[in-house]
Amino acid sequence: MSRKRSPSDTLVRIRGLKFYRGSRAIFDGVDIDVPRGRVTAIMGPSGSGKTTLLKLIGGQLTPDAGTIEVDGLNVHKLSTRELYRLRMRMGMLFQSGALLTDLSVFENVAYPLREHTRLSPSMIRKLVLMKLEAVGLRGAWQLMPSELSGGMARRVALARAIALDPMMIMYDEPFTGQDPISMGVLVQLIRRLNDAARITSVVVSHDVAEASAIADLIYVISNGKVIESGSPQQLREHGGEWTQQFIRGLPDGPVPFHYPAPELEADLFGELP
Amino acid sequence: MDWLAALGRVGLSFAARLGRASLLFVAMLRGLPEMLRRPHLLLEQLLSVGVLTVLIIAVSGIFVGMVLGLQGYYILSRFGAEATLGVMVAASLVRELGPVVTALLFAGRAGSALSAEIGLMKATEQLSGLEMMAVNPEHRVLTPRLIAGILSMPLLAALFSVLGVYGGWFVGVGLLGVDDGTYWAQMQSQIDWSDDVVNGVIKSVVFGVVCSWIAIFQGYDCVPTSEGVSRATTRTVVHSSLAVLGLDFVLTALMFK
Repeated sequence: MSRKRSPSDTLVRIRGLKFYRGSRAIFDGVDIDVPRGRVTAIMGPSGSGKTTLLKLIGGQLTPDAGTIEVDGLNVHKLSTRELYRLRMRMGMLFQSGALLTDLSVFENVAYPLREHTRLSPSMIRKLVLMKLEAVGLRGAWQLMPSELSGGMARRVALARAIALDPMMIMYDEPFTGQDPISMGVLVQLIRRLNDAARITSVVVSHDVAEASAIADLIYVISNGKVIESGSPQQLREHGGEWTQQFIRGLPDGPVPFHYPAPELEADLFGELP
Repeated sequence: MDWLAALGRVGLSFAARLGRASLLFVAMLRGLPEMLRRPHLLLEQLLSVGVLTVLIIAVSGIFVGMVLGLQGYYILSRFGAEATLGVMVAASLVRELGPVVTALLFAGRAGSALSAEIGLMKATEQLSGLEMMAVNPEHRVLTPRLIAGILSMPLLAALFSVLGVYGGWFVGVGLLGVDDGTYWAQMQSQIDWSDDVVNGVIKSVVFGVVCSWIAIFQGYDCVPTSEGVSRATTRTVVHSSLAVLGLDFVLTALMFK
């Protein structure tokens, strides 16, 4: 079901990725290609290592084996200076928003501009207001993060992530815990930003409907491996048993309803452990 | 042999933590040039770490000085030596109580706040967010806090000692009738600049380094959950207090041979 792409089409290339926490394999030989200028969704159940994957792509974690290339650069072979230069071209939207709580909305969005550019204050002001306009929160520039709802905080974080006009944005569970309106806004924003600015988007999510609605390509991961990949339609129509259970949200299937346990009778009538 | 294995595990865990703390300390020192280019980061931390600790230090200094004046007077008057009350109060404060009590109060007020703040920044992914914005959190967040702690501690200890001397004066001279001129003159003639004052300042600088380092490390190294942050703040106060008291003995033994 996976499509072959030429290397120049691929912004993020992951090959033979292995990552362990203690003796537990989070990734055990994962290959992923993220096409340039498209929305790629990485889906899988909770605890399958989706957030870890983003941290590996961003160089915050180091794999035990395998390579991750972003725009042709091997992330884990870069010096700190080179890695930081690469990160300036990558935005990341954290699940919690990760806004700096002692700074206002305006200052949060201005932060990367102040850090990495020598733009004049008036230019920074214009850029910040434009970024906030893009996420519909220009009117909230003077608020503090504590005064924002969860959805608004993520939109401000999104404005901050696009402040430096990055080549790609990684979204960590952008829809989790959002009300339907906020979710709809975020879905639309991610797609619109991707198309308008030709940004490459990597969306990590277990919200099937929302992720499928915006993704051009989906990778389904579980138990440290890529189970399947393809367009949302391909997965819906031709996905395997596991993928069908995940997409349709079936309580039982290849992923059993019951956590592995001894026979019920043995537990009920046997001796206490 | 289980106890031996447990002892080994504790030893290895301690060595690993000490190694991580040392690496973090070096990383923070490497952030000094960046901090000097952005002095406002240091000023903000001097406010929160130093200025906001002034009140508790000032009030404690006055009361400790008053108690010293009272206790000192009762003991010295037995030997007819109440004229040396000023020396006793000043020497106790400048050599020992000023640096030590200030460090203990600093650990409780500013140290725990530092750990909680950094721990929460970790738990809410603010530190990861900075990393992904190509900003080094060790340099930008931690270094100014370390330097602010190191600069604040001797100033706070000096404030504690000065107000303590006045507290002792208030009780000794104001309430118990010790001669005002004798109180100050004895102090002036007996307190040595290098032996007493400078050594006291050295102690408070060392305590400033240790308390700030422990607080920052505990916050930065904590498990990013509410329980983890809570444990980190507790450990900050306990470890800082023990380190201050232990180091005080070592420094006293080295300085006042």
